[in-house]
Amino acid sequence: MKENIIKVRQVTKRYGDILAVDSANLSIQKGEIFSLIGHNGAGKSTLFKIMLGLLQPGSGEIGIQGKAVNGKQFRQVRRHIGYLPENVVFYDHLSGLETLRFLGSLKGADLGTCEALLDKAGLLKAAHRPVRGYSKGMRQRLGFAQALLGKPEILFLDEPTTGLDPAGIREFYQSLNELKQQGMTIILSSHNLAQIQEKVDRIALMKLGSILTVGTVQELREQLDLPLQFQVALHPSAENSLRRALAEFPDCETHIDGNMVSISCSREQKMALLTTLATTEGIEDIHIQEPSLEDLFLGYVDESTSSQQPAVQN
Amino acid sequence: MSIEFKQITTIAQKEFWDRIRNRWVLAVTAIFIFFALVIAYFGASQEGVVGFSSIELTIASLVSLAIYLVPLIALILGYDAIVGERERGSLDLLLALPVTRLELLLGKYLGLSTALTFSIVTGFGLVGLFLSYQINLGALGHYAGFMVSTILMGMAFLSLSFLISVFATNKTIASGTAIALWFFYVLVYDLILLGVLVVTEGQLGGDFFPFLLLLNPADIFRILNIFSLEQVKTLYGLATVFPESLANPWLLSGSILFWIVAPLGVAYWKFK
Repeated sequence: MKENIIKVRQVTKRYGDILAVDSANLSIQKGEIFSLIGHNGAGKSTLFKIMLGLLQPGSGEIGIQGKAVNGKQFRQVRRHIGYLPENVVFYDHLSGLETLRFLGSLKGADLGTCEALLDKAGLLKAAHRPVRGYSKGMRQRLGFAQALLGKPEILFLDEPTTGLDPAGIREFYQSLNELKQQGMTIILSSHNLAQIQEKVDRIALMKLGSILTVGTVQELREQLDLPLQFQVALHPSAENSLRRALAEFPDCETHIDGNMVSISCSREQKMALLTTLATTEGIEDIHIQEPSLEDLFLGYVDESTSSQQPAVQN
Repeated sequence: MSIEFKQITTIAQKEFWDRIRNRWVLAVTAIFIFFALVIAYFGASQEGVVGFSSIELTIASLVSLAIYLVPLIALILGYDAIVGERERGSLDLLLALPVTRLELLLGKYLGLSTALTFSIVTGFGLVGLFLSYQINLGALGHYAGFMVSTILMGMAFLSLSFLISVFATNKTIASGTAIALWFFYVLVYDLILLGVLVVTEGQLGGDFFPFLLLLNPADIFRILNIFSLEQVKTLYGLATVFPESLANPWLLSGSILFWIVAPLGVAYWKFK
C-alpha cells in the first residue's frame, strides 16, 4: 500500500450561495500522477487553492505529508511544493532568469539551478529577455520551470498545457513522466480529457463542486460499463452475412455506412462478438475502441444529473 | 506565525530595484529637486523679493511644497501594491511560496518606503547642499528635521495607500480612493476644521479642537516643522492658535508613528 501524501477530508467551500467545493474527500498517493478533471467552473481550481492553503475552506481538513497546510510547519510544507497556477502571470519587466531567482530565493531554493531549469524549459536563449516579450507558450514553460524550483516533492499544476503547441504538450508530458520516475507526486487539473487519459495514474471527476468518482481510467470504465465501439471494414458483398452474424447479438446497436460498420456493444459481449466477426466472411478489418475519458466524463455527468433530478412522474 | 526577515528583505529588494529600474526614483527625485529649487528661489516673492532668503523661510516654503507633493507621490506609489498583484494574478504565485502575508506586506512596504526615502533624501539633500553656503549648524539641524519629518509623512501616506490597496477590489477603485484621500487630507481637512471654527465662532471644540489636527498626518508634519522654527512661528502667527501642549515633539512624533503603524496594521488584519 502506497503512502498517502495528501489527504483531503470533508472539505467544503462556499462563496455566498454558491457551493464551490462540496464535502470533497481525496487521498493522493506518493509518486502518482493524479488529475482533477471537470468542466470550467467545476471547482478544480478552488480545490487546488484550498489544498495549497491559498484559500481557507469553510470546513474540513487538508494534510500534506502529515502536516496541516497552513499550520506551524507551513514553510516546511511549502518548500516541498511546486505550483503552476492557471494562466500564470509574471512580472513583465523581469527577465526569465530574474523571475526564477526572485521566486527561488523566496522558496529557499539553490539559485544555481535556475539556469539549468531554464535550459530544461527551452528558455535559456531567452533567459535575459524581459518576460513581456515571451509568447504564451514561453510563459507557460517558465511557469513550469518555477514550479520545479527547490526540487519539490509535490507538484500542483493547474491547466498546465494551456498555450502550449502540440510539440510542447508532448515534451511537457515527457517531463512529467521523468519527474514521476524520480518519485515526485504530481497533481494536475485539466478539462482537456483526450490529452490526459493515457498519461495519468488516477483521476477524480468533478462537477459543480462535488467529486463524482475517483479511480484509474480502467476502473472508471468498468464502474460505468459504457459500451465498446467496434469499427468494422466490410467487403461490399458481405453485408448480408454480417447481418446474419449480428442476429445473435440483439442488444448491439449497428450502423452501416457503405463499407464501414460501427457496432456498439457491452463489455461482456466483447469476446463473443469478436469471435463471431473474426469468422464472418467479408470482414476486412476490425478496430475496437474503448470509451474515452470524455465518454466516461459525460457518462458520469449524465448519471449524476439524472440522480439529482427530482423523481416526479406524471 | 514566525517572521523570517530574509523573506521581507527579498521582497523589499525587488520592490526597491523595480522603482530604480523603471526610473520612478529618478523621476521623483528630479521633481523634488526642480520644485524645491523653484520654491527656494521664489518662496519669498510674496514679500516682494526673489532669491534665496533665510534658511527658515526656505524650509517653510519647502514644507508647503512637501505637504502637497509627498502625500500624493506616496499614495500613487503604494495604491496598487496588493490589489495590483491580485488583479494581475501574481499574488497566488507568491502566496504559494513559504512566505506569510505579513512578510509580503512588510516586504513591499519596506521596499517602497526605501524608494520614497531615497528620493526624498537625494532630492531635498541635493537642494540642501546647494543652499549650504547659508546654512549654519543650527539651520542644518532644522533642515535635517524637515527631511526626517518629510520621510515620516511619506511613510504615513504610504501606509494609508497600503490600507486602500488591501481593501480595494480593483485598481481603479484603489486609485480613485487614493486621490480622494489626498484631496481630503491635503486640501479639505483644514478647511473643514476652519469652517467649523468660523461658523460656530469658536464655541465648538474649544481646547481639544487643535488636537483634531493630529488626525491628519499632513497637519502633524506641518506642526512639527513650524514649531521648530521661531521665525516661521511668528510669521504664521500660529503661536497664538495652538496650545503649547501640542508642540510637544514626543506627542507629534508618536502621532506620526501611529499613522505609519496603524493603517499598516489594519491592512494586515484585512489581508490576513
